[in-house]
Amino acid sequence: MTDISTASSSVTPDWTVQTPHRAKRERAEKRFRAYGIVAISIAVAFLASMLLTIFVGGMGAFTSSKIGLDITFNEEVIDPSGARDVSTFRDANYRPLISDALTEIFPEVTGRSEKRDLYKLVSSGAVYQLENMVTENPDLIGTTQRVWLTAGTDANLYLAGKVDQDVDESLRQLSSVQTGRIETLKSGGHIKTALNKSFFTNGDSREPEQAGILGALLGSFFSLLVCFVISFPLGVLTAVYLEEFARKNRLTDFIEVNINNLAAVPSIVFGLLGLAIFLNVFNLPRSTPLVGGMVLALMTLPTIIIASRAALRAVPPSVREAAIGLGASKVQTTFHHTVPLAMPGMLTGTIIGMAQALGETAPLLMIGMVAFIVDVPSSVVDTATSLPVQIFLWADNPEIGFREMTSAAIMVLLVFLVLMNLLAVLLRKKLERRW
Amino acid sequence: MTKNLFLSAAISLTAAVTLTACSGGDAPAAKQSADSKAPAATGSRDQIKIVGSSTVYPFSTAVAETFGKTSNFKTPIVESTGSGGGLKLFCGGVGERHPDITNASRRIKSSEVELCAKNGVADIVETKVGYDGIVLANSRKSDRLEVSLQQVFLALAKDIPDGNGGLKANPYTRWNEIDASLPNKRIEIMGPPPTSGTRDAFVELAMEGGCKTFPSIAAMKSSDKNRYKAVCHSMREDEAFVESGENDNLIVQKLNANPDAYGIFGYSFLDQNAGQVQGALINGVAPEFENIADNSYPVARSLYFYTKKAHVGVVPGIEAFLAEFLGNKASGPDGYLADKGLIPMPAAEHAKVKASTLALTPLSLK
Repeated sequence: MTDISTASSSVTPDWTVQTPHRAKRERAEKRFRAYGIVAISIAVAFLASMLLTIFVGGMGAFTSSKIGLDITFNEEVIDPSGARDVSTFRDANYRPLISDALTEIFPEVTGRSEKRDLYKLVSSGAVYQLENMVTENPDLIGTTQRVWLTAGTDANLYLAGKVDQDVDESLRQLSSVQTGRIETLKSGGHIKTALNKSFFTNGDSREPEQAGILGALLGSFFSLLVCFVISFPLGVLTAVYLEEFARKNRLTDFIEVNINNLAAVPSIVFGLLGLAIFLNVFNLPRSTPLVGGMVLALMTLPTIIIASRAALRAVPPSVREAAIGLGASKVQTTFHHTVPLAMPGMLTGTIIGMAQALGETAPLLMIGMVAFIVDVPSSVVDTATSLPVQIFLWADNPEIGFREMTSAAIMVLLVFLVLMNLLAVLLRKKLERRW
Repeated sequence: MTKNLFLSAAISLTAAVTLTACSGGDAPAAKQSADSKAPAATGSRDQIKIVGSSTVYPFSTAVAETFGKTSNFKTPIVESTGSGGGLKLFCGGVGERHPDITNASRRIKSSEVELCAKNGVADIVETKVGYDGIVLANSRKSDRLEVSLQQVFLALAKDIPDGNGGLKANPYTRWNEIDASLPNKRIEIMGPPPTSGTRDAFVELAMEGGCKTFPSIAAMKSSDKNRYKAVCHSMREDEAFVESGENDNLIVQKLNANPDAYGIFGYSFLDQNAGQVQGALINGVAPEFENIADNSYPVARSLYFYTKKAHVGVVPGIEAFLAEFLGNKASGPDGYLADKGLIPMPAAEHAKVKASTLALTPLSLK
């Protein structure tokens, strides 16, 4: 006992003795830790300021101002024949209904251009809102209803407090007379702020208050669907074959090197490939999620193959040896034991690859998915954009109202990216087995 | 057991997804009969495809959207590819894979007409959309600039005349070195890259316009045309001129952050952001609606679109789309495109363009 204690005390250095050399090393260590903390805080500060800017800039897009008007659904305007036919509802001009309601509140407005200004307070999309109401419920005809119509672009900006009132009147989009009218409406209880539903239910539009994200969201969904259907089976089977069955020779080495290289190829190159092969040789339809998904699949394949191979490699050889020892064939061993054990890792790799594909714009540029598309896609061969493309397009629009739409679209994209990555982390946490 | 479950779950998921994708693929056929909005397609494409200039894009999309909402046709697709890129796609051939209409912020070149003809695109209908001014703008926080075209050239050219008939590298770094009347500020101008139609037009109208005010260079035009072009069209490459990408919104925001800087972009962006930025007076003329319309503002150009005559009647809705675009409600003097920043043609010219387009008069570059 005493032997050990004396031996250990002779080995253990006396920490109380301060040598200059040691002090220097300790300082170096402190400095290094400080560098680390500084680096992390700079990174966090950048991230926080970026998220804050997007959040502050984009929140406004989720709400919109509505103007409540007492609309008289005049039968003579909507359906003069009284036949209650849906096609007559479509052809009817609903503009007079809105202008009548506005004139009732502002009887003093008479001149043609004055009136035109007045009607701009209500969004040009409001007529379609009325059209839909009538189509859904023809009994409305002949009645008077308080209808909440979307406010026009400039009125919306003013009500959201985004218009600088110090700027000279002639330079503002909205004159003082107009802002006075808005204030009149406000004090009369004709204005409320509501959730901007059209942001989640519409396709693109050139009017910020009518533009929505649904078209881009579905475009992204269909593209990722095609991407998954192609890249997941192909990627997993490639990985299984290369890892479990292929002989190690020059050819497989060559293939492996190429797969690793492909993972580092810039995405625009895949776009060019898509343009040259899918569009020009196979004659597939331009601007569709089908081609977009195929291009994204090419891009994601290397990621999935590499992740799947790593997952297969992590399965201990003892599992395979035990299965073979019990008389299982190679295929049985692989598909009954190895692949199921590696599946969590493969799925994680796939989800991360898909998340990467979700944020990709460059390859879609080449195959015509960067376009103004109003109709919401309903299948993989309908023309569509995708979320990052929509952000790119909105950022380029001259109207001020699109700035907050851009930030809002970024928020939607970020939410989906975080959800996908969260799913990957959860899968790994829940299902991964450690040996 | 759990292992097997996992595998079968993964496989059934893949199978399910494949099935949905397949049924998705079949959907359009079913949709076409069900959707009352889609007319019976004579070709296999029932949607107009438009490509081309990013300057015309805001106007083209506005018309496309209104057209989709008010007619029984599908909303056309508008891709922003740049004028040159659009014409290349447009001239690729006749058939459903090629676009029907291309937008251009300049006139079609004879080389492009030849390319079109080579690929079987014989009859092209040219339509003038209206006018666009290019502005040199800065933040409202500082004073409005007043320059001549010559001063714009001196601020932005790579080489300038040395006064003895020769050329020297541009020595100016501050505005007041060019002329004492200009502000005592560093020359700092943000503008579009060479791929942009706005840049092409700026170089042609502003740079060349200022360049030929020097007699020595104007003389060069007849003696050595290539050299004349090289001198007049070369923008400086130092920090005085910053290429800021195609996104004009970004330039507007940068101008706000830096009141000493100037930016080059299209009139529609000045119009929409008039509360924040102001356009410089060039040769004493302000970039305002009336001045661009009557051509007194020196840096103004025409915008066009070109329609493939062979597609009219094959792809449904082209004629109706042309009628919508050229209707008084859209491109007319008080139309909705004016709200979007387009400078419309005077009523007489508009009527002429409308008549020739709706009659599908083929283009002749004479």
